[in-house]
Amino acid sequence: MNANPNGKPPLKVRLATTSLAGCFGCHMSLLDIDERLFELAGLAEFDRSPFTDIKQCGPCDIALIEGGVCNSENVHVLRELRANAKILVAVGACAINGGVPALRNRLKIGDILDKVYRDDSGEVHIPDDPELPASLDKIYPINEIVRIDYFLPGCPPSGDAIWKYLTDLILGRVPRLDHQLLHYD
Amino acid sequence: MASLESALIPILAKYRGDPTALLQILREAQEALDWISPETEILVASALQIPLTQVKSVTQFYAHLYDHNRGKYRILFSDNITDRMAGSVALFERMQAHFGVEPGQTSADGLVSIDLTPCTGLCDHGAAMLVNSIAIGRLDAERIDEIAALVKARKPLAKWPAELFAIDDNIHREVTLTGIPYVPGSGLDAAIRLGRAGMFDEIKRAALRGRGGAGFPTATKIEGARNAPGVQKYIVCNADEGEPGTFKDRVLLTSFSTRVLEGMAIAAYAAGAAKGFIYLRSEYQYLRAKLQREIEEMRASGRLGVSIRGAPGFDFDVEIHMGAGAYICGEGTAQIESLEGKPGRPRVKPPSMVIRGYKGMPTIVDNVETLAHLTEIALEGGASFARRGTRASTGTKLLSVSGDCERPGVYEYEFGVTIGRVLHDCGAVAPIAVQVGGASGVLITPDEFSRKIAFEDVSTAGAFMIFGPDRDIFEVARNFAHFFAHESCGFCTPCRVGTTVQKNLMDKIAEGRGSRYEVNDLMRLTDFMRRTSHCGLGESAGNAVRDTWLKFRPAFERRLVPHDFAPQVDLDAALEPTRLATHRDDAAAHIPAEG
Repeated sequence: MNANPNGKPPLKVRLATTSLAGCFGCHMSLLDIDERLFELAGLAEFDRSPFTDIKQCGPCDIALIEGGVCNSENVHVLRELRANAKILVAVGACAINGGVPALRNRLKIGDILDKVYRDDSGEVHIPDDPELPASLDKIYPINEIVRIDYFLPGCPPSGDAIWKYLTDLILGRVPRLDHQLLHYD
Repeated sequence: MASLESALIPILAKYRGDPTALLQILREAQEALDWISPETEILVASALQIPLTQVKSVTQFYAHLYDHNRGKYRILFSDNITDRMAGSVALFERMQAHFGVEPGQTSADGLVSIDLTPCTGLCDHGAAMLVNSIAIGRLDAERIDEIAALVKARKPLAKWPAELFAIDDNIHREVTLTGIPYVPGSGLDAAIRLGRAGMFDEIKRAALRGRGGAGFPTATKIEGARNAPGVQKYIVCNADEGEPGTFKDRVLLTSFSTRVLEGMAIAAYAAGAAKGFIYLRSEYQYLRAKLQREIEEMRASGRLGVSIRGAPGFDFDVEIHMGAGAYICGEGTAQIESLEGKPGRPRVKPPSMVIRGYKGMPTIVDNVETLAHLTEIALEGGASFARRGTRASTGTKLLSVSGDCERPGVYEYEFGVTIGRVLHDCGAVAPIAVQVGGASGVLITPDEFSRKIAFEDVSTAGAFMIFGPDRDIFEVARNFAHFFAHESCGFCTPCRVGTTVQKNLMDKIAEGRGSRYEVNDLMRLTDFMRRTSHCGLGESAGNAVRDTWLKFRPAFERRLVPHDFAPQVDLDAALEPTRLATHRDDAAAHIPAEG
């Protein structure tokens, strides 16, 4: 049976990506798909993403989220992507569990700010500019803030894992990573 | 240090420096010294010539061993759902108020700590607690005040009023096991008359099945161990009755221990074993001295020891081994690990225990009740025994009835009794549900009250918790979710992570922040745990949550938010510490709620 009877090229999916409280390592890993980037360009076009510098996300099919949620801006970005994307994927350890930034969860944010912004003379000058995103009391994994559809583990997930997961999603398969792509040592 | 050494030396000497006695040594060290300090751990490790990490792994695994000072009086409130129904939460808070300590914290003067512990097997005695592992039931405000006064006066536990520790059998229905008086030695004599092979044949004919819940044929175990090669074979009496809502083994060990111990000897006779253990749960520490006395009497009267009742070659002796607060040790292979002095983590099967069990030797682990039934089979024969009950579930079964009924306690029935009949007999008024088989069991609703207690229908180790019309079944399931998260041994990921995620999702729903998303997650998770966990704990850890969703869906639904999803926390409140630190209150320093 011909699944593509009109012979027209299938519609490209719209893809958004963002990094919240992450290190961009997962985005670098996405670039590690190397020459398959050309293939990806044939399957997808990018909406809001560091690759396009689009600031506001429009309706899209899949959004890849790197990093956990550490401040008010992260919440707004995450909500914007959730409102626009049909499928939200948590990519990497920080998005799934909070990761390295969540090491601060043992400490009180007030104490951290006090310590960081105390100068040698003992005076504290914590910036209070409304332009600055306000820190949440803790780092939250993204599935504690919005509904998440899929979780792609790894720190970072390898380029191969991202490619497999993403193409599964684009081609309508339930994404599966075999043992090798989930094996980190 | 002198006092530390003087306390530890006799304990180490008693166990002759045997590393497999590590758990027993640490328990007794804690009894003597109140807690297991790093110095104690170092001394024990060097005396047993084992790595310090091995000692620490045991201290940290068992909930009733403390590697930090928890005070002279360590009070643990039983936190089963039946305790909560009897008002334990308010009593717990009352006790805390007496000493001004947070749960799990030790008072500044090092006197007392107050915390929670899973079901202590006193569900027929109202709310209950353990003080330094000794059980006290029937708690009320007056008792709490009395106990607090005794602690404040630093009165030694041994001098507390005896009536505080009174625990009754509460047997409300007897058939054979509890109903027919047992003459000590009679079962042994009958077994000897039958001979080893003859006794085995009777057990096979009786079609006796394990009373711990799984219903494995006892004769198959005995045959397996009998035929397995091994210079030494073992019988283990599994008295680690940890399933929430179960307490019938407590009653058997209190008033029918002769049957239990002689049942062990009969199993040993049929299997060719010469050594046995009673693995007694920590919560039943108060029964230890009594059982020890009985073992000694049996030795003195030739019912244990060499050539029992004069039968040449019938050699068998029993030792009591204490647990230390770990539900998982009720699982056979985990119990063997614990007997060997290790953390109680289930082994990989095969080989089965009857081939390679305790110290690599053939071992039979049987429930207390199963062993007690062997005395019946020896006396009346297998065919007579098999006439009671149903074809697939022979004999009688003890049920531990608790919760909303007039007469909580132990009820003996022939297998095949309907749940409705039990409810009638115990005086349950308009029950909305019964949890049969404990936290890992099955939730039965009124449309199923005609179902039968039997391995082929509703299988149970004996727990039968009744919930009346005012009870909130969601909270029952949430209590069990907390139980499993506490009791997961941590060995396999599906259970270690799954039980905690299950608990967190149930808590989120309880806080009014859950949606259908969390419910979907729970259903996927409980299925995943059932399919992929290493042992029965993880396999059954999601049963209560799943049953409650299927049978008491409105109890969930009325807690769910109407929209798609709610965040884990109030996000605007999560910004409050930063607003305070930065003195900001602008719009950007707030997060509006969605939806």
